[in-house]
Amino acid sequence: MNLDTILPGTMLPMAYVLATILFILALGGLSNQETARRGNWYGIIGMAIAFAATVLWEVDANGIELAVAMFLGGIIGLVAAARVQMTQMPELVAILHSLVGLAAVAVGYANFLGHEGGHDAAMKTIHDIETYVGVLIGAVTFSGSVIAFGKLSGRIGGKPLTLPGRHWLNLLLLLGAIWFGIEFVQQSAAGVTAGAPGLAGHAGFLPLIVMTVIALLFGIHMVMAIGGADMPVVVSMLNSYSGWAASAIGFMLGNDLLIVTGALVGSSGAILSYIMCRAMNRKFLNVIAGGFGTGGGGAAAGSGEQGEVVPIEAEETAGLLESAKEVMIIPGYGMAVAQAQHVVNEITRKLRDQGVNVRFGIHPVAGRMPGHMNVLLAEAKVPYDIVFEMDEINDDFPDVDVSVVIGANDIVNPSALEEPDSPIAGMPVLECWKGKTTIVLKRSMATGYAGVQNPLFFKDNTRMLFGDARETLEAVNQAL
Amino acid sequence: MLARKAENNMKIGVPREIVAGEKRVATTPEVARQLQDLGYQVLIERGAGEASSFSDAAYREAGCEVLDAADALWSQADIVLKVRGPEPGEVARLGPGKTLVSFLWPAQNEALLAQLTTGGATVLAMDSVPRISRAQKMDALSSMANIGGYRAVVEAAQHFGRFFTGQITAAGKVPPARVLVIGAGVAGLAAIGAAGGMGAIVRAFDTRPEVKEQVESMGAEFLMLDFDDEDGSGEGGYAKVMSKEFIEAEMALFAEQAKEVDIIITTALIPGKPAPRLITAEMVESMKPGSVIVDLAAEQGGNCELTEKDRVVERHGVTLIGYTDLPSRLAAQSSQLYATNLRHLLGDMTPGKDGELVVDMDDEVIRGATVCKDGETTWPPPAPKLSAAPPRPAAPPPPEPEAEAAPRSFTGPAVAMAMAGIALLAMGAVAPAEFMGHFTVFVLACFVGYMVIWNVTPALHTPLMSVTNAISSIIVIGALLQISSSDLLIKWIATGTVLITAVNIFGGFAVTRRMLDMFRK
Repeated sequence: MNLDTILPGTMLPMAYVLATILFILALGGLSNQETARRGNWYGIIGMAIAFAATVLWEVDANGIELAVAMFLGGIIGLVAAARVQMTQMPELVAILHSLVGLAAVAVGYANFLGHEGGHDAAMKTIHDIETYVGVLIGAVTFSGSVIAFGKLSGRIGGKPLTLPGRHWLNLLLLLGAIWFGIEFVQQSAAGVTAGAPGLAGHAGFLPLIVMTVIALLFGIHMVMAIGGADMPVVVSMLNSYSGWAASAIGFMLGNDLLIVTGALVGSSGAILSYIMCRAMNRKFLNVIAGGFGTGGGGAAAGSGEQGEVVPIEAEETAGLLESAKEVMIIPGYGMAVAQAQHVVNEITRKLRDQGVNVRFGIHPVAGRMPGHMNVLLAEAKVPYDIVFEMDEINDDFPDVDVSVVIGANDIVNPSALEEPDSPIAGMPVLECWKGKTTIVLKRSMATGYAGVQNPLFFKDNTRMLFGDARETLEAVNQAL
Repeated sequence: MLARKAENNMKIGVPREIVAGEKRVATTPEVARQLQDLGYQVLIERGAGEASSFSDAAYREAGCEVLDAADALWSQADIVLKVRGPEPGEVARLGPGKTLVSFLWPAQNEALLAQLTTGGATVLAMDSVPRISRAQKMDALSSMANIGGYRAVVEAAQHFGRFFTGQITAAGKVPPARVLVIGAGVAGLAAIGAAGGMGAIVRAFDTRPEVKEQVESMGAEFLMLDFDDEDGSGEGGYAKVMSKEFIEAEMALFAEQAKEVDIIITTALIPGKPAPRLITAEMVESMKPGSVIVDLAAEQGGNCELTEKDRVVERHGVTLIGYTDLPSRLAAQSSQLYATNLRHLLGDMTPGKDGELVVDMDDEVIRGATVCKDGETTWPPPAPKLSAAPPRPAAPPPPEPEAEAAPRSFTGPAVAMAMAGIALLAMGAVAPAEFMGHFTVFVLACFVGYMVIWNVTPALHTPLMSVTNAISSIIVIGALLQISSSDLLIKWIATGTVLITAVNIFGGFAVTRRMLDMFRK
């Protein structure tokens, strides 16, 4: 399929430039509701151009295998995308990240196996480093994403795993990776080529394998140590890693399109992580270093029971909502778990028809993925102009008659503001307790992911509506 | 119906108001019944309710004793309820053991307060009831302001030679009247409601931005000044004195509005201060002939320069209404509301419902209203613990990184940047040209990513992540470059890579599309 003979090969870089521009437009488009759909199309077209151009100019054999692989992969991807529940979106995104990491490792290995010589000494060293770094980042992304997937889908417990001396362990793994890196470059440069086509015949193969194992372990350990509450940041960080992996592979192959696209994804993921960390008032490095929530268990035990909670029934809740003028709904992960977004929308619609001003207050880290709540509410067709961000509505709570907290805990915890030694101190929270009444829907009195007791539940103007969020809300909906 | 044990119970006396033109009365037959339920006997002076259309017969029917002479009433009653503050002759009749409840304005009437104190009576001023939520039911100022606002519109309509509502008739088109209400307190809001109800186009202005919603809820347009950093909310929900710049901007707005509107109703008052001058003679001159200004602040000197207290005057073709007795002009209504306010206060002061008045100085509301007791002046009261509108929390620090970075020292970033620069230069010294080309592209792309993403809406974080994830499967290019290799191992690795990236490409874009399709207004 090589077109070199028909069309000049210089058109390939131009196709890549075109693809790059389309990718930038895609990211730009996604930053705004109005242009988001167009942005997605730019991305699709860019990918199609890059793919087609590469196939046309670079692929000259094995077209059948390529087509079959593309077809199969495409089907799997489309089916997965169509079947996934909106509440499982974080898991899907995490597992897709792992695929990019795996692909980076595979391309790195294939490139290592395929290329021999053809570079001067300095270029050879740089090339080896690039290969090494590409595989390293790819492997970390892969294993980290798999663990993140496990945690998000509940296959692995959400509690952070904190091995003794884990920072030292990380340091050791890092030093190991560097040491094997040096080993790899030296062996490769020495060119111990045995000539045999077997794997071991490639100079530096052993250090590369060892490093890959180290990187996989590192990825596992890193994500295991991060608590469930910080998963949004982790998903976004892994997104960033998958970009850096692509970029490193681009350096290795000398391919500008890969470099640019990888860098775009990498930096955008990093910015997203940073934005989210800021929303939680936490240092990015602290999140990455993990172990969040370990101190929370002790704090929770220390503060103990703080008073009486006042339960409420669904009918009474319905009455409160009907007699209110201003209602604020604060959804959390519990709404996602219970799949309650549709009945929430039903209730919203009924109340709005009765002239109640219903609004939604979304905390930046509500749910397990940035923007998780917005996606769920959008799925249930809640109009997005009544969905507000924390900063937009936090000052309005004194005028709110009823706040309904659906399966959220840490994001409405007053101790973040009131107790300086709380593990979540300083995190901005939705100040729903300043409203007239707060109704909290919860399955039990268990603590949130941060493992911190929530004084909100014991306040005089708080009512607890226990039970599965969807069932209780359906009862409320019936009573309306 | 608890204790009507007659003799032992305290007697409430309601005299006829003796100030000229005052038509209100401090209780109505209906409220008098409720006062008896609290255990009191009610005495009323003959003809006290006449001006507000409550006959002596109606009072008698309600169980009140009607006395012919004021003297008898004052000597028999333990508690005297009045609308206006006591006149000199009445002060003399108050002695130890007697209680008076009326409007008093102690800040403006210090001499009167001193006299009352020496007399030894207990006096509660209805205008001093603190403005807290619990005391709203006895807030006579609000009741009266509500009536005043309504009446102001009625007076304006009387002197305005046109319709309020716009009409298209066989005799031609009538434009609707334009009404500007300055000061959106209780009176202002009542005026907005009344004028809007009559069909006028109503605009309102207030220095307190938080009343915007209330104004809009009444159907009026709220005029805003481009003045973000000044908030006119003072203590207890009242307005405060504004800065010079603000007042200048405000005056410019009024001057402009004066040319457009037909009716101006001013209600701007600042507690304890003369009314602010808002409408100058030039503004009045610039108004259309036939326009009307109703100045509800006339008693405190007037918001309009040309207002004359208690009179209707015409200046530059504009009618200026300076009545200070607007509530009294709706006597039956205002008597009823005022009487109810009094009854609520007495209800709070009669915990046993046994006709025994208890002046509990630990009760914040009663403490606030009591201006003198047992020969001691107890005015002004200590500041109330809670104001009606809680002070707004300080604005949260803006989340922009620029704002955060500003106060920080520049040393840290500067050192980091210098080190990064040196590292880059050092790399340039050893790296081959080919690498540097790629590296340049890489660094620039990082910045583009940063710039493009920085302002993303949080609601779109998930779709953004899923689209960047799909885009990062551009790594398929690497596999495509390898798939044609003659080395079987490489070929199959590459084919496998194409397979998994294909999952990512199709899955990523498809799921993004699915999510975005759900976002709709």
